[in-house]
Amino acid sequence: MSFKRTYAEINEKIKKGQAVVVTAEEVIGLVEQKGVAEVAREVDVVTTGTFGPMCSSGVFLNFGHPKPRIRMKKVWLNGVAAYAGIAAVDAYLGATELPDNDPENKHGPGRFLYGGGHVIEDLVARRPVRLEATAYPTNCYPRRRIETTITLDEINEAILFNPRNAYQNYNVAVNRSNKTIYTYLGMLKPNLGNASYSSAGQLSPLLNDPYFRTIGIGTRIFLGGGVGYVAWHGTQHSPCGTRGENGVPLGGAGTLAVVGNLKQMKPEWLRGTSLTGYGVSLTVGLGIPIPILDEEMLRYTAVRDEEIFAPLIDYSEDFPQGRPGNLGLVSYAELKSGQIMIEGKVVPTNPMSSYPAARKIAQILKEWIQKGEFLLTEPVALLPSADSGIKLNSLVERNGVNGK
Amino acid sequence: MVNQKVVLKFSAALVEQPIIYRLIKNYDLMVNIIKAEINPRREGSLIMELSGQPDNFQSGISFLEGLGVVVEPLSQTVVRDEERCSHCGACTVVCPVGALYMNRPSMEVGFDNEKCLVCGLCVSYCPLKAMDVKWGD
Repeated sequence: MSFKRTYAEINEKIKKGQAVVVTAEEVIGLVEQKGVAEVAREVDVVTTGTFGPMCSSGVFLNFGHPKPRIRMKKVWLNGVAAYAGIAAVDAYLGATELPDNDPENKHGPGRFLYGGGHVIEDLVARRPVRLEATAYPTNCYPRRRIETTITLDEINEAILFNPRNAYQNYNVAVNRSNKTIYTYLGMLKPNLGNASYSSAGQLSPLLNDPYFRTIGIGTRIFLGGGVGYVAWHGTQHSPCGTRGENGVPLGGAGTLAVVGNLKQMKPEWLRGTSLTGYGVSLTVGLGIPIPILDEEMLRYTAVRDEEIFAPLIDYSEDFPQGRPGNLGLVSYAELKSGQIMIEGKVVPTNPMSSYPAARKIAQILKEWIQKGEFLLTEPVALLPSADSGIKLNSLVERNGVNGK
Repeated sequence: MVNQKVVLKFSAALVEQPIIYRLIKNYDLMVNIIKAEINPRREGSLIMELSGQPDNFQSGISFLEGLGVVVEPLSQTVVRDEERCSHCGACTVVCPVGALYMNRPSMEVGFDNEKCLVCGLCVSYCPLKAMDVKWGD
């Protein structure tokens, strides 16, 4: 007999402190012991987590109005530019922004010691941050310049808004050339010297709800150590690619745009990140609870590393030149074993995203729900899924406005 | 055989002398220089792995100390900030001797100080800047 469970029923149990919550790692063992049907009836919620560099992250800030007033045109926080082309004292600070004078890769692979991600971490850690802004004067905003120090608690708003987080699966990067290269997936040694991957695999949120049946607009989540929400599907959301028989995409697919109040987040879960030879980023802690509405949802959450496959992509030529194709698929179980075989060669693997931190996030979220502090939300609208027809376009280069 | 990692600190005057040459030639010691900061007419420091017969090793160290070189064992020189390390595992790709390694299946990053050559690659590479070098003392 099929069974159903509603969000309202789950939340009633959470409020009474009776909800049965397990992590996406724990549920695997339970299913091996008791089978899907029994565990689906027992477990109300499965929690997921991920902690990796997520470049498409940033924060909307409102600094408050000084006297006399200024309509900020250019804004810097600790020397890192924020986008001020919005209202008078609003700005958006992006995670990958660099200080104006950063040496970048001009003298070999840059170290990228400080940037937008680090400013965000400084703010969350309650460290004072230097604000500089310039402007042209208007009748209502006469001021040309301001320099001061701000703290997270004094400014009016700090809204973390990350347009593309929590990638559902991702490339595994390798290097077929004969020299070391530096990428957003880290250092890649020559001649297939290593394979670098970045996903929490069986713990990763969107790999546990592959068709976005429960993760949608309005879903309440763990974000940066606090509470956040899914705002929209993320940029480059691409749900229509190839999937395995279990529904899990065989490469980068869905993404999430997420939002939350930075003031209640924690520096432990939002870390400024330096990627040698590439740039700065923000390592984001993100966890999503998945309601077990029926057996199908339980089956999705019981997915194991052995059943999740990622494509091996050459980052020396194929990726930078935008060439299609890959060097084969490899499972996260193989990646986590420490070595894989590529073209008959044993290649050591290394992660870029922290599995222990992902596990800890799933555990924290589980405890919040068990304590009755965190209720589940039914999505206001679902995200585009495999039947949406979404196709990712490449950028076409044309001459002139009308092109040819 | 004695095998030890040592830190040598030279005064400005000693930098001009071929000390390592004498150490190898007169005391039959094997020298593997890990890091050197030697500049004309300035204080210098050198980290190396020194190995040889016990009596030669002792005599070699006495020779260095006799010249006024400060010799200290190299220990705890690369340190990990346990609060900052997220155990992502990125560092395991740059460590040339496997001193930083993945524990499986926990996927936590282990750090074996005994194996560490203090090359500093992890210090500059760590995405969260959790590794640091503490010099000699």
